[in-house]
Amino acid sequence: MEFNEPAGENVFDHSKVVGRPTPRVDGPLKVSGRAPYAYERHDVAEGQLVGYPVVSTIAQGRITNMETEAALNAPGVVAIVTTLETGEMPIPSDMNVAPLFGGAEVAHYHQAIGVVVADTLEQARAAAALIKVDYDVTKGSYDLEAAWQEKREDRSDPVSRVGDFEAAFEAAEVTLDQEYRTPSQSHAMMEPHASIAAWKDGKLTVWTSNQMIEWTRQALATTLEMDPEDVRIDSPFIGGGFGSKLFLRADSVLAALGARKAGRPVKVMLPRPMVMNNTTHRASTIQRIRIGAQQDGKITAIAHEAISHTFPGGDGENAISQTQKFYAGENRLIVKHLAEMHLPEANAMRAPGEAAGLMALEIAMDEMAEKLGMDPAEFRAINDTQVDPEDPDKPFSERHFVECLNRGSEAFGWGDRNATPGQRRDGNWLIGHGMAGAYRGSPAQDSGARVRLQPDGRLIVETDMTDIGTGSYTIIAQTAAETMGLPLDMVEVRLGDSDFPVSAGSGGQWGAASSTAGTYAACLALRSEIAKKIGVNDTDSLTFKNAGVRTGEKQMTLASIASEGEIVAEYTMEFSDSRDEEIVSTFAAHFVEVGVHVATGEIRLRRMLAACDAGRILNPITARSQVIGGMVMGVGAAMMEDLAIDEGRGFFVTHDLANYEVPVHMDIPDQEVIFLDTLDPQSSPLKAKGVGELGLCGVAAAVANAVYNATGVRVRDYPVTLDKYLDQLPAV
Amino acid sequence: MRPFSYERAGDAAQAAARAAEVEGAKFIAGGTNLLDLMKLEIETPVHLIDVNGLGLDEISATDDGGLRIGALVSNTDLAAHETVRRDYGVLSRALVAGASGQLRNKATTAGNLLQRTRCPYFYDTAQPCNKREPGSGCGALSEGAFSRQLGVIGTSDSCIATHPSDMAVAMRALDVTVETITPVGMTRQIPLADFHKLPGDTPEQENALMPGEIITAVTLPAPVGGTHAYHKVRDRSSYAFALVSVALIRQPDGTGRVALGGVAPKPWRSDEADAELPNGARAVMARLLDGARPTEENAFKITLAERTLAAMLAEE
Ligand SMILES: Cc1cc2nc3c(=O)[nH]c(=O)nc-3n(C[C@H](O)[C@H](O)[C@H](O)COP(=O)(O)OP(=O)(O)OC[C@H]3O[C@@H](n4cnc5c(N)ncnc54)[C@H](O)[C@@H]3O)c2cc1C
Ligand code: SF4
Repeated sequence: MEFNEPAGENVFDHSKVVGRPTPRVDGPLKVSGRAPYAYERHDVAEGQLVGYPVVSTIAQGRITNMETEAALNAPGVVAIVTTLETGEMPIPSDMNVAPLFGGAEVAHYHQAIGVVVADTLEQARAAAALIKVDYDVTKGSYDLEAAWQEKREDRSDPVSRVGDFEAAFEAAEVTLDQEYRTPSQSHAMMEPHASIAAWKDGKLTVWTSNQMIEWTRQALATTLEMDPEDVRIDSPFIGGGFGSKLFLRADSVLAALGARKAGRPVKVMLPRPMVMNNTTHRASTIQRIRIGAQQDGKITAIAHEAISHTFPGGDGENAISQTQKFYAGENRLIVKHLAEMHLPEANAMRAPGEAAGLMALEIAMDEMAEKLGMDPAEFRAINDTQVDPEDPDKPFSERHFVECLNRGSEAFGWGDRNATPGQRRDGNWLIGHGMAGAYRGSPAQDSGARVRLQPDGRLIVETDMTDIGTGSYTIIAQTAAETMGLPLDMVEVRLGDSDFPVSAGSGGQWGAASSTAGTYAACLALRSEIAKKIGVNDTDSLTFKNAGVRTGEKQMTLASIASEGEIVAEYTMEFSDSRDEEIVSTFAAHFVEVGVHVATGEIRLRRMLAACDAGRILNPITARSQVIGGMVMGVGAAMMEDLAIDEGRGFFVTHDLANYEVPVHMDIPDQEVIFLDTLDPQSSPLKAKGVGELGLCGVAAAVANAVYNATGVRVRDYPVTLDKYLDQLPAV
Repeated sequence: MRPFSYERAGDAAQAAARAAEVEGAKFIAGGTNLLDLMKLEIETPVHLIDVNGLGLDEISATDDGGLRIGALVSNTDLAAHETVRRDYGVLSRALVAGASGQLRNKATTAGNLLQRTRCPYFYDTAQPCNKREPGSGCGALSEGAFSRQLGVIGTSDSCIATHPSDMAVAMRALDVTVETITPVGMTRQIPLADFHKLPGDTPEQENALMPGEIITAVTLPAPVGGTHAYHKVRDRSSYAFALVSVALIRQPDGTGRVALGGVAPKPWRSDEADAELPNGARAVMARLLDGARPTEENAFKITLAERTLAAMLAEE
């Protein structure tokens, strides 16, 4: 089935299930500890051994020798696989650049170079520590500032240029020219990467924790040079991903190699420091933003130039992307630089590009509004655009950003703030208010599902879609229930198995809109099968309701129709290029109140609010959960998260959750979320878009702007920690 | 983690004797620090002597009006003890500012004093660290290193790590004494001021205990009165080690005591700095942090310490 024109009226416009606040259908499994997470799947394969990764302790160079004898003789050790014995292995996919395993070359710190397989974790870990590795070390450079100084004036290969930015900026009545810095960040999802691998008759099954089942099946086959048909991936429950589990990671490869050598199933988990240095992260950036405007607030010139580090051949952090589309302005310049470094691979982390880009852009907008003497929400509204500012012939499908600004302002009481910084005080606390806009694209991916109507009338939905804590189980069940006229508890959703039809997977906030579309497509196919079964030609003449179907005067239960055996239908929703004739995006406005301790500079958030324009809200409970979770992540980005680089040795120093701080409960006060519930027929049959990444976008800048409003000190270097402004606070 | 053997000691003296007798033995109390370090092979004891169950978990009044806190009293129980809350408020506050509820239930008084630094290079066995591996160099002081969390005073060219305890900072302000039994059965009283050592050229030697010596108690002198406060500054609201912490006991006449955490290899206090208290935070810190040698990344701790104390003084 192809989605090749805007959705017309359909079942979801008269919904009884979709759009209703529905608690997670998998909630009871999770709170009772019965949801099977990868590392604890003791029942899937008998005789599991434990593999412990051996990782490189240099950032770049060559392994000259690995001494494994002591480890092999250690108690409980069954097998050891080293990177020298396997030799170089293919890069897993064209979305990755760093090798996961194999060969003597070391390309980054904590690259996997071996796995020790033993009876117990303790034995494997102790034995792994006995392996001695000799290296020829290559000295690398890890200095982003130096790279930026070199490339800062190079505009020879811009991402885009519209009009004459330089002339317009020169002529502008009010201008801003500032640099902003964002650090590297770790996804810091709760569940680390973990896999169990088992071989049988040359076929490999991997029970893992992964967002994109089919990508990973293909990548594992590529890496191990196997036929993808001989690889099965199963990942029904995922303890958070945020992009960290989009791709095949070393845990799966090590488990597979370890299991092959040991001749028994092997499980491997990456300890937290390896999550930081072995897997991927969001790259650090330096961003220069220039904005020129007329006195009335209209932007006439805008330039965003950014550099980020990247593993050689990679794409770094695309911090400029939102600036291409978000605000109006006739003259525009977008430049992206990459600084190649042998750090671990920089790759997608929740809202890749926008999250870091808006951290900068939305401070710049705040600064500009202040220069213009304007309310920052109003300044943004004035520069709203309903068309692509780079290509005015291309409209946004649905864009209600100004409504987000208005609704948010009103609900937050934005008008009551004091626009002059440093004026409000509550005892020892300087009180500040800040806001920011948010923009995040809402792509869609083809998504398939299989639906199986059971003789008892229950419906089973199978798709390799994943639920990374987002609520996929629930919204897919809702979609199927709605389409088939079933109560929710008669639908069972099965996810994350590569034996199921290929879905969109979870990434780029495309999961919800795409996978529900795929489920809908499969349900429509099932409706046709049912029509056939009962001898009706025109499926549209059927009404599916109350677990039954009606045609004319005739009414039958679905159970009776399937009584002779299950009825199965499988279908894929394909999104055609026509969807891209308009820009499908999501928007939000964030408002934040902070207190900054006048003496110590400690920041305490007081309240925060988001107003979101993100298509049909399929389930207000799970959608809200996504947005408030994103807001928490934004608070972390604003106030503490810093994957600090040791520039001498080329690795992330803050590599555990004691040093890489994320917000705790006490950091998060009242959170309020408003959904506009704007339908977007251009986006999907359900007129839905994504919310998972939107919730993060812009939040950090709103916090930074609030700190400025509280203190009068502008920090342009994240995280906004007290060391950066302490000496500019009032004397005590 | 290396394989190890394990025993439960019968009494404190026997535990000390055994610890001296078995090479590579260590005591284990709550295990909240030791076990983590063993998993990472930063600590590699071959034998553990469990000191739980030695009857060292009592809090009792002393003859001179103070309190004797058994070495195995948990941080939770100590913080909640009525007399502690009434007469030694700074201690109770410092304790609850540390770690989390779960950890404080397991963490013991002796273990807390002996917890090791949180320097990230100490924690990565692939990195040089003089404290973990004497003579290997200091990762935190090498070019391009990340030193924001580390010490600014009392440090050396060998090591700039801090002692991470909150409890110890309050105890330093209270002038507690550490009570021990040596392997030959002798009892010693070590003032906390002399208990932790500065790194000098030997950062691996962190305290005054001799091999095998066991802590049996910590004694608090009679209450000193005054107003007690503990302010711990960190990047998030809870569950993080201090960037800087300030323990303050202030008498109505403006005199008092100040101890700092997060800045030095031990809780940091001096009589000379205390004497400046009537003259304000700047005067105190000018003395207390005289001779500080911060890195570029942690120089803010000096300003922060002064401003934090100033705010605490202004609060009353
Ligand atoms: C996540 C986390 C966060 C934390 N946050 C904080 C914080 O914010 N502030 C803070 O102050 N602390 C914090 N801590 C540290 C915590 O306070 C210590 O781990 C705890 O106090 C150690 O006590 P324990 O009984 O568990 O010691 P153990 O781990 O059992 O032992 C520690 C050391 O003491 C020795 N030892 C124990 N008992 C004796 C004895 N009687 N005589 C001689 N030697 C002995 C052991 O041999 C070992 O070397 C944190 C810890 C963790 C894991
Ligand atoms: S500061 Fe001390 S603990 Fe940290 S690396 Fe240097 S020697 Fe080791």
